[in-house]
Amino acid sequence: MPRSNSAKNSSPNHESGPAPTADGAAPTYTATATSNSPDANTLARAQAGDHLAFAQLYSIHKRRIYSLCLRMVGNAAEAEDLTQEAFLQLHRKIATFRGDSAFSTWLHRLAINVVLMHLRKKGLPLMSLDEAMEPAHDDGPGRSFGAPDLSLSGSIDRLALERAVADLPAGYRLIFVLHDVEGYEHNEIAGMLDCSIGNSKSQLHKARLKLRDALRTTLQRGQQ
Amino acid sequence: MTEDRKDLSCQEFQAQMADLIATGDDVSMHPHLQTCANCRALLADLETIAEAARQLFPIEQPKEDLWDRIELAIKKEEGSIQPD
Repeated sequence: MPRSNSAKNSSPNHESGPAPTADGAAPTYTATATSNSPDANTLARAQAGDHLAFAQLYSIHKRRIYSLCLRMVGNAAEAEDLTQEAFLQLHRKIATFRGDSAFSTWLHRLAINVVLMHLRKKGLPLMSLDEAMEPAHDDGPGRSFGAPDLSLSGSIDRLALERAVADLPAGYRLIFVLHDVEGYEHNEIAGMLDCSIGNSKSQLHKARLKLRDALRTTLQRGQQ
Repeated sequence: MTEDRKDLSCQEFQAQMADLIATGDDVSMHPHLQTCANCRALLADLETIAEAARQLFPIEQPKEDLWDRIELAIKKEEGSIQPD
């Protein structure tokens, strides 16, 4: 399961109001639906085919799911398509949710699977990008050390990090987002991506090294 | 904390870094780092990046019309409207 850090992003305050209905009117629902764990009644109604209840679930989870897709693919239009696909899948499968895990965890995992399927269909070799990588650290970290003012500590801003993550090769971005942003453990990632735990660790490390290079370059430019 | 671990080259230490970090242990106590400022700085940067990832990413908002698209697709699947 994701660490609690990912839960910080799912505060009810981050989720805007109810989704529009077919006639444009806002659906009415109680305050419980503003929680990331929809009340059992809303979920049960959605499982029984209640369209309004499903709209409520969309309203509650749309930003979290869209953000996940956006981080994983790095492209807004693609992320919206994947969000749509995730909620379509949810609509098809919601009756099979048995409550073995939290609904938000179940939906999150469903969305990740949608993105992974999409990336595989695109022919992206999720875990074999090493050959395509320029060596991120093989030329040694010492090349730009000895310049303590280039330390990243305290100097990473959100935009720079977002840009650097978006620029990561897809396989690295995937691992970084799943582990460092979404909080999944290596054994969970290995299961999702059908790779070894060691491979997941190694790819994450390389992703961070790539990010470090990118962020230091940004920092360097800012100091010139 | 053996002498062997202290005598690791930077290359050897960095080859182990992914595993060391993934253990969740305090890697800063590794003997190699007691004498190597370069690898200490590398570790600090990597920890900063991981910490920033946890704290800085905002939640994004999809376009307002996304629900309309989803609703349309659901209706098509349910056969209540004809597909394009």
